[in-house]
Amino acid sequence: MALYSEKVMDHFRNPRNVGVIEDADGIGEVGNAKCGDIMKMYLKIENEIITDVKFETFGCGSAIASSSMATELIKGRPVSEAMQLTNKAVAEALDGLPDYKMHCSVLAEEAIQNALDDYYRKKEKEK
Amino acid sequence: MKIYADNAATTKMSRTAIEAMLRPMEEEYGNPSSLYVLGQRAKEIIEEARARIAAVIGAEPREILFTSGGSEADNQAILSAAALGIRDGKRHIISTAFEHHAVLHTLKKLENEGFEITLLDVHSDGIVRPDQVREAIRDDTCLVTIMYANNEIGTIQPIREIGEICRAKGVLFHTDAVQAVGHLPIDVKAQNIDLLSASAHKFHGPKGIGFLYARRGVRLTNLIEGGAQERGKRAGTENTPAIAGMAAALCEVAGKIEENAAHLIPLRDRLIAGLLEISHSALNGDPEKRLPGNVNFCFEGIEGESLLLLLDDRGICASSGSACTSGSLDPSHVLLAIGRIHDVAHGSLRLSLGEEATEEEVDYLIQNVKEVVAYLRGFSPVWRDLQSGKKDFIL
Repeated sequence: MALYSEKVMDHFRNPRNVGVIEDADGIGEVGNAKCGDIMKMYLKIENEIITDVKFETFGCGSAIASSSMATELIKGRPVSEAMQLTNKAVAEALDGLPDYKMHCSVLAEEAIQNALDDYYRKKEKEK
Repeated sequence: MKIYADNAATTKMSRTAIEAMLRPMEEEYGNPSSLYVLGQRAKEIIEEARARIAAVIGAEPREILFTSGGSEADNQAILSAAALGIRDGKRHIISTAFEHHAVLHTLKKLENEGFEITLLDVHSDGIVRPDQVREAIRDDTCLVTIMYANNEIGTIQPIREIGEICRAKGVLFHTDAVQAVGHLPIDVKAQNIDLLSASAHKFHGPKGIGFLYARRGVRLTNLIEGGAQERGKRAGTENTPAIAGMAAALCEVAGKIEENAAHLIPLRDRLIAGLLEISHSALNGDPEKRLPGNVNFCFEGIEGESLLLLLDDRGICASSGSACTSGSLDPSHVLLAIGRIHDVAHGSLRLSLGEEATEEEVDYLIQNVKEVVAYLRGFSPVWRDLQSGKKDFIL
């Protein structure tokens, strides 16, 4: 039995949407170096649709895989749908995470929620 | 290429050890406590193993007690000294902050039972100073327990000097020598060691077997009650094959300690020099007073578990002190004890070379660690902040 599912290893070895969006409409960062996980999400949003998403992660295999999967789940989706993304959905899409790694999927959810909050804050300012 | 670089975790069994185990399994399988010849032959195998092991560390055969491994030996040594302490009204124990958990958790248990524990600082080089021990000893100190060589960073402690101080003060001295036995020359008499723990699988012997050396006159407390095996100090039918395998493995490596060190030290130093070429990296522990095969690094901006998984993909078995690999939120207590802060302790890597390591393998390790560290830094938000000057480099 391997530590992680094939899905987790696939997303860990070949993370999707890695990188930075320079002119992002929303940026979210969660975690801290002290506990060993930091995730940063960048969103590009047009007409309330997430047209592009990129991430950077400092963390373990499941943190990298959770970030990657979370970006896949929201890319091309409406903002309203992304708001509903749960850590459970991320973990399920990865064919499960070990119990003690579930917090990685929580971080992915929070990073996206933070990025969306940032998007709305910026939008409010523009009004 | 496949490289097993986790010999501090466990080692491959030697052919000699495997062969020594066959006869007690296939032919001389009697119970050593039985009086017929088959049983008595098993008893002889055990006593012969005891004598050979004793000779390697300069002990007498009766001073060697077989246990299930290093953890049991640590537990029994410490709890025995504590029992003697209680008898004499002494409830203070001195140790260090970076001991193995088999020692630290046993000490914690004693602390909860009213003992006072002093954990000495091991400095940034991972070495305790004999003077610290001298200064910490009090009238009510019943035990000093300090590891021979650290399991994570490989630093070797001044055992002989500490032993001398303890002997002069009349305090028992235990050393967890799990990482040292078979790799460093040990003489329990010359080094004034009263109690010493060892584990066979760290020196190419089988798992599930180890021994405790207890100087004659140091009364042991039982952890396991039952039959009269091991002079009544450890009940349970002896694991004859494992005992025979351990003795064979130890005698083989003990005869090559200098030869192995002469081979490994230049390889270790080549590996250290190669990894130091990675920017913002640092060696953990003293560069010289360390086990011949031990290399332990911190790389800033990355996390250890992802490093290990990617190295595994490249055929390299290694270990890390990151929280994700320890199963807790905190990184290695050893790295914290030498002053590495959480942020960099998460990015640690231990490579422990085996005696068969080659220069070619070391170069492969250097190349692959360099590539994986660079890859992970490439999408690490921490590394980005360090690079852009938003955060200050620690290493």
